[in-house]
Amino acid sequence: MRAALEANLVTKQYLSNNSTVYAVEEASFNVEAGEFVALVGPSGSGKTTMLAMLAGLLQPTSGTIAVDGQVLSTMSEAERSGFRRRKIGFTFQSNNLVPYLTVLENVELMLRLNGEHDATGRARARALLVLLGLEERLNALPSQLSGGQQQRVAIARSLINHPSVVLADEPTASLDTERAHQVVQTLANLVHEQGSAGIMVTHDLRMVEYADRVIQMLDGHVDKILSTREDLSCLANPAECRMITPDVIGYSSGAITQMGA
Amino acid sequence: MSTAIHLSLSEIWRNRGRFVLFSLVVALITVLILFVAALGEGLGTGNRELIENLNAELIVYQDTARLSIASSRIDEDTLRAVRYVDGVRAVGSLGFSSAAVILDGEEEPLDVALIGVEPGKPGEPSVVSGQGLRRKNGDEAIVDRTIAAVAGLEVGDEITLRTLQGDEDEFYTLKVVGISESQKYGIRPSVFAPLYTWDEVRAKGTPGRSTAAPVGNVAAVQLEDPAQMEVLSQQIETRVDGVQAVDRRTAYESTPGYTEQQSTLGTQNAFALLIGVLVIGGFFQIQTLQKVPQIGMLKAIGTPNAIVAVAALLQIVAVTLLGVLIGSAVTLALSLGFPPNIPIVFEPGSAALAVGTIMLMGPLGGLVSVRYSLKVEPLIALGLSA
Repeated sequence: MRAALEANLVTKQYLSNNSTVYAVEEASFNVEAGEFVALVGPSGSGKTTMLAMLAGLLQPTSGTIAVDGQVLSTMSEAERSGFRRRKIGFTFQSNNLVPYLTVLENVELMLRLNGEHDATGRARARALLVLLGLEERLNALPSQLSGGQQQRVAIARSLINHPSVVLADEPTASLDTERAHQVVQTLANLVHEQGSAGIMVTHDLRMVEYADRVIQMLDGHVDKILSTREDLSCLANPAECRMITPDVIGYSSGAITQMGA
Repeated sequence: MSTAIHLSLSEIWRNRGRFVLFSLVVALITVLILFVAALGEGLGTGNRELIENLNAELIVYQDTARLSIASSRIDEDTLRAVRYVDGVRAVGSLGFSSAAVILDGEEEPLDVALIGVEPGKPGEPSVVSGQGLRRKNGDEAIVDRTIAAVAGLEVGDEITLRTLQGDEDEFYTLKVVGISESQKYGIRPSVFAPLYTWDEVRAKGTPGRSTAAPVGNVAAVQLEDPAQMEVLSQQIETRVDGVQAVDRRTAYESTPGYTEQQSTLGTQNAFALLIGVLVIGGFFQIQTLQKVPQIGMLKAIGTPNAIVAVAALLQIVAVTLLGVLIGSAVTLALSLGFPPNIPIVFEPGSAALAVGTIMLMGPLGGLVSVRYSLKVEPLIALGLSA
């Protein structure tokens, strides 16, 4: 069976001061439908660049990325925009919502863009927001919501069209621990339920416990792919784990201690 | 399209204070532009109205006068010679001078243009009430609408004119036999008197009525076939010594200062429009710069460029339209309060042109911001740049 998302030998290189810099180098991995994957790594490891390429926002220098078997690099700019609209759901770190649209309108925006703003679509948007615990805030503006509520609205918007791929860029960056867990758990559950392929870029190793797999990037390479519960548990709680070392997961010991504290 | 409208109007509605405030700025610019246009129209009309409305196709000047009415003299022999040119139907002498109409009470006298005309000949205005002049030396007058309104005159009333005779002020009383449409000349309303009466009343170094036939400044010429105006003007200049014949437009454009005045006001209006374009463009550019992350996010989730562009354009058009409507309403309200002797004329054609120009130029100013928003990279949503 074909994976929902396939990255094959993806490379992105830049020219800087007459030398070639590899932001991502020959990264290959697949994400199955209904699978929630965390993309981790230290700053500069290439995970956000990878996410941009997975979304079709950035063209790889070489290699291919395919969603539902359709290779993004063969599409024109306008085709990729339409493809994102239909096939890819997005949750960003910040500036997630249109500030002058209400919670419900923000979610319905995806329906409008896809020409599905009918009674069925509107009912689905409402139901999704109720499922995310936002039934009291449907007509609130983003500025009237907490950070966690805003991220939940963004999750609803990313999933309303039943996309093949859901991408989340540091969705917990501005949240406290409790809300961060709530948001990621909700995202993971909905990805599983809807059968989308979910990829979350995160710095916060505590969040990997909700992932089915962790793809760890280091200096532009896919360094490790961790998939057993034991490995994931160690990654989430390194202080309690003796079998994994900082070198293996690509973080300095200080960062791990800080994150694990 | 409906998504663009939804985005555009939602943003306006949820930020209505900001957008209304900016519409008020556009409204002020509209008021300024409309007033300058009305002032230009008023001053232009005040200078050209009499000549523009003259019931004649050609105006004949003394050729050495270089189209200056004040410097031109057309005597009786010249008038007769013009009359005998083939194709000329009628000729009337026109004398130009000034006087002051004495008003009731403590009010300041009203400065008017005193125009001498030959009763029943070209140059005598048609009346909207009363009747035309009957006798070539009668103590009667036709006043224009503005004088009638300011002085509260009706047909049958008398007006008193004051002019300087020698070094003394003299007063003359004429009976109002008719009221004409507004016939301003030199930005003053006009009183029309028979040429002989005009010659007596007009300011002179020596008081009294001349024994010789009065000499007007120019001649108004009606043609058998108005389409032959150009040919006839050449024939008149060829057949009659010492004259220059021009059409009405050339005549009023040669009024001292007329062209300069109109070009000054036109330039002022062009600058007001330019400022309007820059203000509208500046506002939307600042707004677009503030919205770059939001525009990037919209593009990242797959919003087509067309929706981003149409939404931005709709906002510009809506804000400009609202501003123009408010500005036009304010201008209309203000114009109703203006006294008739102030040279401001809200001519529907030029007001519509000014409003249309603002409506066109506003969005043009905003196109820079639309172009900018189209160039925003969706990568910005991920904190990256291309």
